[in-house]
Amino acid sequence: MSDGVVQQHTKTAHSGVGWFRRAVDSDLFYSFRRSKLTMLAAAVTVLFFLLAILASVLAVQNPFDPAQLQLMNSRISPLWTADGQSPFLLGTDEQGRDVFSAILYGLRISLIVGVLGVVFAGAIGITLGLIAGYLGGAVDAVIMRIADVQLTFPAILIALIVNGVAKSVFGNRLDPTSMLAVLVVAIGLSFWVQYARSVRGSVMVEKNKDYVAAAQLIGLPAPKIMLRHVLPNTMGPILVIATINLALAIITEATLSFLGSGMPDTMPSLGTLIRIGNNYLFAGEWWIVAFPGIALAGLILSINLLGDWLRDALNPKLR
Amino acid sequence: MSVRHHLLAAISLAIVATTTPVSAQTLRYANQGDLKSLDPHTLNETTTHAHLGQVYEGLTARDKDLKIIPALAESWETPEPTRWRFHLRKNVKFQNGDPFTADDVVFSADRVRAKGSNLQTRIPADAKVVKVDDYTVDFILTSPNPILNSQWDTWYIMDKKWAEANNATQPTPASATTPSFASLNANGTGPFMIESHQPGVKTVFKVNPNWWQKPEHNLKEIVFTPIASDATRVAALLSGEVDIIEPVPIQDISRVDSSPNAQVLKGPEIRTIFLGMDQSRDELLYSNIKGKNPFKDVRVREAFYKAIDIELIKNRVMRGLSTPSALMVAPQLYPPSKDFTRPKFDPDGAKKLLTAAGYPDGFEVTMDCPNDRYVNDAAICQAVVGMLARIGVKVNLLAQPKAQYFAKILKPGGYQTSFYMLGWTPGTLDSHNVMYDIMGCRDDPKSARGETNLGGYCNKEFDDIADKVLQETDTAKRDQLIKAGFEIAMKDWAYIPLHQQALAWGVSKKLKVVQRPDNQVLPYWMVKSE
Repeated sequence: MSDGVVQQHTKTAHSGVGWFRRAVDSDLFYSFRRSKLTMLAAAVTVLFFLLAILASVLAVQNPFDPAQLQLMNSRISPLWTADGQSPFLLGTDEQGRDVFSAILYGLRISLIVGVLGVVFAGAIGITLGLIAGYLGGAVDAVIMRIADVQLTFPAILIALIVNGVAKSVFGNRLDPTSMLAVLVVAIGLSFWVQYARSVRGSVMVEKNKDYVAAAQLIGLPAPKIMLRHVLPNTMGPILVIATINLALAIITEATLSFLGSGMPDTMPSLGTLIRIGNNYLFAGEWWIVAFPGIALAGLILSINLLGDWLRDALNPKLR
Repeated sequence: MSVRHHLLAAISLAIVATTTPVSAQTLRYANQGDLKSLDPHTLNETTTHAHLGQVYEGLTARDKDLKIIPALAESWETPEPTRWRFHLRKNVKFQNGDPFTADDVVFSADRVRAKGSNLQTRIPADAKVVKVDDYTVDFILTSPNPILNSQWDTWYIMDKKWAEANNATQPTPASATTPSFASLNANGTGPFMIESHQPGVKTVFKVNPNWWQKPEHNLKEIVFTPIASDATRVAALLSGEVDIIEPVPIQDISRVDSSPNAQVLKGPEIRTIFLGMDQSRDELLYSNIKGKNPFKDVRVREAFYKAIDIELIKNRVMRGLSTPSALMVAPQLYPPSKDFTRPKFDPDGAKKLLTAAGYPDGFEVTMDCPNDRYVNDAAICQAVVGMLARIGVKVNLLAQPKAQYFAKILKPGGYQTSFYMLGWTPGTLDSHNVMYDIMGCRDDPKSARGETNLGGYCNKEFDDIADKVLQETDTAKRDQLIKAGFEIAMKDWAYIPLHQQALAWGVSKKLKVVQRPDNQVLPYWMVKSE
């Protein structure tokens, strides 16, 4: 009895170590360890994610709850300046919103929209790419021409159009939370093309290989071959695109909010904070725009560095 | 660098001096809001009136001191209290060459009262407009109205022939989603003509060489661009990219004043900013309370009023540049307003009132607010949201550009609002306009009374007083009547007046302008030097 428990225990521990070992021994991890910049970028990215997840613990107020904002506390400069006041580390904006808390909550929104946007875009792009590549012919032509047409528009334009249509259809029924969903859809619809093209390319290569022919011979249905056999072999490039697109999605969300068609002032994302702060720049109240700007730039930069590293690390020609 | 630079500058200056004539300048003007429609009967809004006043003209106009002066009407008289006779100016031509006659006046009088117009209060609905001859028009009223023409400076006359030829005889409603011919084209008698109009982008006005008056300006064209972002607008002025901006965001006033090439022209504005509540519907359009309308309960309205700390808004959001108001009309327009004091800010009392009204945990309501119309409008609304949150009311703020905002909340859009912020300058510069347009019952479909009473406040006793105010000519008696009216409205907690904002135009030092307290930016009086 006790033997059995011990045995089972070592077994799980062993398989855990095995997985970990495999990761540590991999080429990918080796190249990660060799690049200090990438490690820094990864650390910063993880830090931002942690800040966003722990926002409600770290923030001194909930900037989305108007009852917690005191107009009396408006436009206080950062703590280390002469007029700074505790607990407002990075100062407050014109509504008495603590800039540090607003950045934490804004990060949360930016990351939620970014990650969900990438997942949504990936889901559309991978599905359409698989179908186009595997079936070929007219289906392929139709899907890829749509993709080509969409590629002629800048992504931000598509996001603006989707956003505008949603706003005119739903009108005032859009509360801040459903605005989040609209942003996710807008970003998803503007970034799916790259996934589709990349998946389609890989599928065209894979589908002529013997294992696919074998799967077809034993009579597996097409959806199963696509999902179980072909898809796993196309995931490398997808990972790279997804990482880089995460940064793009966050920027797109910030741009939309900066232009005033994203998150509203009462539930600001980083882009909204920058727009609000921008109006006070001439008045010398620089902290309202500077810190959200730095946060956004830091986040984008570190994710982009990670994406670049991943692209190089997965590219066999660069090894 | 500097020698060559100076030399170059000197040469280019010399070239400029020898080639450009002294007159004929281009004025570049940026406002925070857009000019959506060119149809002069679409929107009863000061900024729109000022823009379109460059192209169109009314029978009367207002001079630099806001006195009523003749424009397309040379003179007028009232042979009897219910009949006004207007003698029209001869030899005036519309910009397409059509002559201006009595037919155009009769046509415009019908158009401004038609469905979809936002200026129906300009002429009583039951008034008859009769052409006597080509240059004489009679307005026959059912009851005397001594101030009939007091806001005709912004009732613009359109060309009947042109409107009929272009299918533009009906006014374009503010809620229209597709532009009409008249909203994209204009044909007036005024000092400028529309050269191009791209809503939301740019409107170019060209001087009208055949204008019947001698121009006081020295402009050959006006380029109007909406710049919604405060910082961008100020930067455009400071860099010399535009010559005049309205408004200068209050946080940037000292920055603009300290710049070498621009200054801020300040003055008190006669516009009152206020909050209104839908107290006419049986159930609010946008609220979590179903089956009843909390604003019908006077205690809820009182609670909202008392929850708002106007001094804090003045000090923080308006940076001291506002005058808190107890009345819906500015003190300049109604001197006895000093006898009124604003009920005190009292959040605890407000909370008790809400509890007494049956909302101990408050309720949820959506607030409509413009974000490019009044000084710091969206910021004021956000502050109000915070103050109401403290008495338990959850306000969902819908802050939109004025084009969407007006389309939704005004009469053509069906008064679709539960709680809103609006600003009002009485076009007549008189309290009666406020009592009639903003505070009068809107239950009579045949009358334009209460046209901009978006919350539908209604008290017949108040309306009776308003009617007496209209006909009373003795100032002291009239002021007493107005006072009695406003006292009723305050007792009813009909509205929540906030403040009168301050005027702040950013003007290039090259530009001479006339600033009236009604905040109309009027290029036809502007002189720009080299």
